[in-house]
Amino acid sequence: MAEENILLQMKHIHKKFPGVYALKDVNFELKAGEVHALLGENGAGKSTLIKCLAGIYIPEEGEVIVKGKSHIMKSVADSQAHGISVIHQELCLVPYLSIAENMFLGRERNVAGVIKRGEENEAAKKMLKRLGLEFDPNTLIKDLSIAQQQMVEIAKALSVDADILVMDEPTASLTDKETEVLFETMRQLKAEGIGIIYISHRMSELFAITDRVTIMRDGQYVGTVNTRETTNDQLIAMMVGRELTQLYFKDEVQPGKVVVEVKDLVSPPFVNGVSFAVREGEIVGMSGLVGAGRSETSHCIFGIDPNYTGQILIDGKPVHIRSVRQAMQNGIALVPENRKEEGLVLINSVGYNLTLTVLHEIYKGRPLGNTSKEEDLIQRYINELAIKTPSASQLAENLSGGNQQKIVIAKWLATKPKLLILDEPTRGVDVGARAEIYGFMNELAKQGVAILMISSDLPEVINMSDRVLVMHEGRVTANLGKNELSQETIMRYATGTGGNLNVA
Amino acid sequence: MSLDEAPKAQNGFVRYFKENMGTLIGLFAMCLILSFTTNGVFYSQRNLVNVLRQVSSNACLAFGMTFAIITGGIDLSVGSILALSGTLSAGFIANNNMPVAQAVILAIVIGTALGLFNGVVIAKTTIPPFIVTLAMMQIARGAAYIYSNGQPIRAMFPDYQIIGTGYLGPIPYPVIYMTVFLIICVILLSKTRFGRHVYAVGGNDKAATFSGVNVARTKTLVYTMSGFLAAFTGVVLCARMASGQPTAGQSFEMDAIAATVLGGTSMSGGVGKIGSTMIGVLIIGVLNNGLNLLGLNSFWQQIAKGIVILLAVYVDMLKKRRK
Repeated sequence: MAEENILLQMKHIHKKFPGVYALKDVNFELKAGEVHALLGENGAGKSTLIKCLAGIYIPEEGEVIVKGKSHIMKSVADSQAHGISVIHQELCLVPYLSIAENMFLGRERNVAGVIKRGEENEAAKKMLKRLGLEFDPNTLIKDLSIAQQQMVEIAKALSVDADILVMDEPTASLTDKETEVLFETMRQLKAEGIGIIYISHRMSELFAITDRVTIMRDGQYVGTVNTRETTNDQLIAMMVGRELTQLYFKDEVQPGKVVVEVKDLVSPPFVNGVSFAVREGEIVGMSGLVGAGRSETSHCIFGIDPNYTGQILIDGKPVHIRSVRQAMQNGIALVPENRKEEGLVLINSVGYNLTLTVLHEIYKGRPLGNTSKEEDLIQRYINELAIKTPSASQLAENLSGGNQQKIVIAKWLATKPKLLILDEPTRGVDVGARAEIYGFMNELAKQGVAILMISSDLPEVINMSDRVLVMHEGRVTANLGKNELSQETIMRYATGTGGNLNVA
Repeated sequence: MSLDEAPKAQNGFVRYFKENMGTLIGLFAMCLILSFTTNGVFYSQRNLVNVLRQVSSNACLAFGMTFAIITGGIDLSVGSILALSGTLSAGFIANNNMPVAQAVILAIVIGTALGLFNGVVIAKTTIPPFIVTLAMMQIARGAAYIYSNGQPIRAMFPDYQIIGTGYLGPIPYPVIYMTVFLIICVILLSKTRFGRHVYAVGGNDKAATFSGVNVARTKTLVYTMSGFLAAFTGVVLCARMASGQPTAGQSFEMDAIAATVLGGTSMSGGVGKIGSTMIGVLIIGVLNNGLNLLGLNSFWQQIAKGIVILLAVYVDMLKKRRK
């Protein structure tokens, strides 16, 4: 490999936070025209490494060599001046400004403070064209889809003459089709000699787009492999530091009586006549594309959306659920789709979050609460779900994604639900914690809890469900038994090309 | 994050001192300087009691404000509600010959009802608390002027005045009220279910909703409480002055916000403690008193207050960032 091909080298990087090593002797290398993945569980140090590159953190030790010159980035501007551009996981665009205005935000082309709008628009247009986009640069960001916004982010990142591009989970909110468009763009950038650092949890994507993968674990460098010469299992083993024998674990359970039955549930625009039932001990998967109305259906059952028509029967009795409190009283629990927004009070402690759903029990007959009962409860769930936290008073925001998800699951287990609805239970959760979550689900089903699992992860749906409901445009289009499950079948019904299997 | 760095469970007092180290040091330093510069006048019993009485009204308003700010809101109407309730209480007695107890209770009920109105509007609509309480600030102040014709209402009735001027031993009544409310509010916020809900609503109202917390009820209660505290304070203040003053409590909401923020309550909600707000109240009180003793006029006091607020919050943020 010729030396001049190497865009970036990071050698023996150390970064310490009070008391802990966030990075310990980490190495990384990026060549021109390469897509190089950074892989690791949540908390492995990927983001910290990127922040060291972007000038947000300054490493205590180590060397960064950019295009042959040794230079530690002192600030974001410094990093950009060296041709490094980072696209963060959360989109950083101003919704009420236009594409062009966003692109030149902070470095407006101007004469004596007056913006040269025409010139900016022209330049923006050229930039968009390079990515094969035909947007009018005057379009407001808020009018674009998430995927389109992502493209604008890339155009903006490239517009600073970057040749090192960092993409942090760019596909997290994209559909498969949009992901494919993104990959096409990435291939084109590769051909132009741009080096891309790619962070993603999705294994299939790594194999689709990357050339090399560098694996990190607990802030340390584990190794770098050529994507073509590795396997899924090898990557996972390097990531978790042990062979994961079995990810999915599901016992056969004889289902009991029907716990919840839904008949002709309608709540426009997303829920247009949904009927199904879930029985004791049954794990029912719910599949479908984004916007198919799966979460919205669960919101009706859980009292978030009380303005529905149709019938919900709990233990055979019709109930109109008007509030979350009422749903809870009827034994329903929901682990929501987005744990940071709907699941946790991040700025509060692990213990606080764990008991938020059962305060009525802790304060029953005791205006000042039963502190010892609460502490027992917290300790029990931390142990039972193996939540990795230094203590119950640790803030929830400091935990990894997997452990945060366990808190949300625990706080709902504490309510002893009859029906547990899990909405995307393993999204953004690392492999180790995923296996544990599947274990809990299996255990709960054996105890007779009815589980409704909404998930876009097809292998998860297929391996964990006794039965799968497929939704398309607000209706259940299929009710598939264990032996009918395959990714193709599910996708066919999810896209509405499989007809409508009448669900009796 | 390593597991051996577990924060140890601490006893309440130790934690209180640790959390409020910065402001406590500031308060202590101010007291120390004043003890040198005032030849001990600051430490005379008379003056210390005076300081406590002076801060009592701001303290009561700041307790309510702390609740509002922790839920992610704010209550700008407290100064005006204070004036309205105070004026009404004096007027009911002076103009309508109402018995003192009845007049006082009615005045407080009316002020509390305005707080309830704030709460209901904030809980049931999407109008931001800033706007809702800004509107109430105008409305209540206007009502106070209309009721009193813009003139102070004289109310020289001993039974009424005693509410503001009475003493229990060496301690003035207003200081006792403040202490009682301090204890109640500390317990409410840190020990009760309602307090938990307040933190949840401010920390993440969506997650609170998804956890079965009645967000609307929590917000309504918070503003009702703030209204009650303002009304009560208004009555005490007017009783002390033996006069219903429609101009009372101008910009009191700002002092209450200042004390709350000095105590480390986050303006974005979810974080804050009544005990810390109390320190904020004392800092402002000691500052005012000290500058008075030193003979600085009140205009300079305002400038000093502004500088202290900026400095204190800046130091607080530095402390948090280091964590």
